[in-house]
Amino acid sequence: MIARNESEAARRNQTSMELVGDREIVISRTFNGPARVVFDAWTRPELVKRWWAPESRRVAMASCDAEVRVGGTYRYVLRLNAGKEFAFSGKYLEVTPPARLVYTEIFEPTAAGTNPDDDGVIVTVTFEERDGKTHLVSHSLCPSKEVRDTIIASGMEHGMRETMDQLDELVASLA
Amino acid sequence: MLETFAALAEPNRFRIVELLRSGPRAVNDIGERLRLTQPQVSKHLRVLKESGLVDVEPRAQQRVYELRAQPLRQLHQWLERYRQLWDARFEELDELIDELTRKEKLDDRKKRK
Repeated sequence: MIARNESEAARRNQTSMELVGDREIVISRTFNGPARVVFDAWTRPELVKRWWAPESRRVAMASCDAEVRVGGTYRYVLRLNAGKEFAFSGKYLEVTPPARLVYTEIFEPTAAGTNPDDDGVIVTVTFEERDGKTHLVSHSLCPSKEVRDTIIASGMEHGMRETMDQLDELVASLA
Repeated sequence: MLETFAALAEPNRFRIVELLRSGPRAVNDIGERLRLTQPQVSKHLRVLKESGLVDVEPRAQQRVYELRAQPLRQLHQWLERYRQLWDARFEELDELIDELTRKEKLDDRKKRK
């Protein structure tokens, strides 16, 4: 069992994270499968459910809905052990399977009272296939530097300073 | 943590932090090396001190600034935690992609038969 774990760790692809300028977060990773498979896993709700709330982080996916087409919306709901729920939602701006996806991302507890013109974070994901493997780059453009830094501070995708208290419990479970 | 990040986001402050990695330095020394005026250096050092990134110590006639490792270590951990969340997701995604890729190959073979 240990030997198997070690070999798995050795072949595991590295996740890289970079902060670009004041408002961007770039995460990249290679996956051992063709782009259409990675694209499906990234977008189809029944598949997103299987990885988006990692078990090791003690969160579960309460629900996961997505209509993956331009103008379509998605909503992912996370449930903490304590029962508290948090939702991420947004709208698809560009859907080009299996190569490119652009969507907005809003962390709902912060959505109330924010500027209705504010689309939140704009996420661009590209899937580049080479030799049966796919290099994925997720690029998040935040509306401000403060939002970018808070996203990282919370260990989550989104969050704003005002909701840091609400986020505390969530962060504790993800840390 | 946000204070640390904001303090470092200003390019000249980042240069000061980089310079102090080699050891404590007096205000005029920092100014000369980075070609900044004394008021500029003092202003930046004040922000760095407020964010806890540097400590000041009077030495003879001078004020000597020294880097504090703790906030930098925290900043690193802060970034690392976010990366680890995605790493945990991607590990589960790896398994799913393996499974889907195997299934796809199997389906292809069935179709060919």
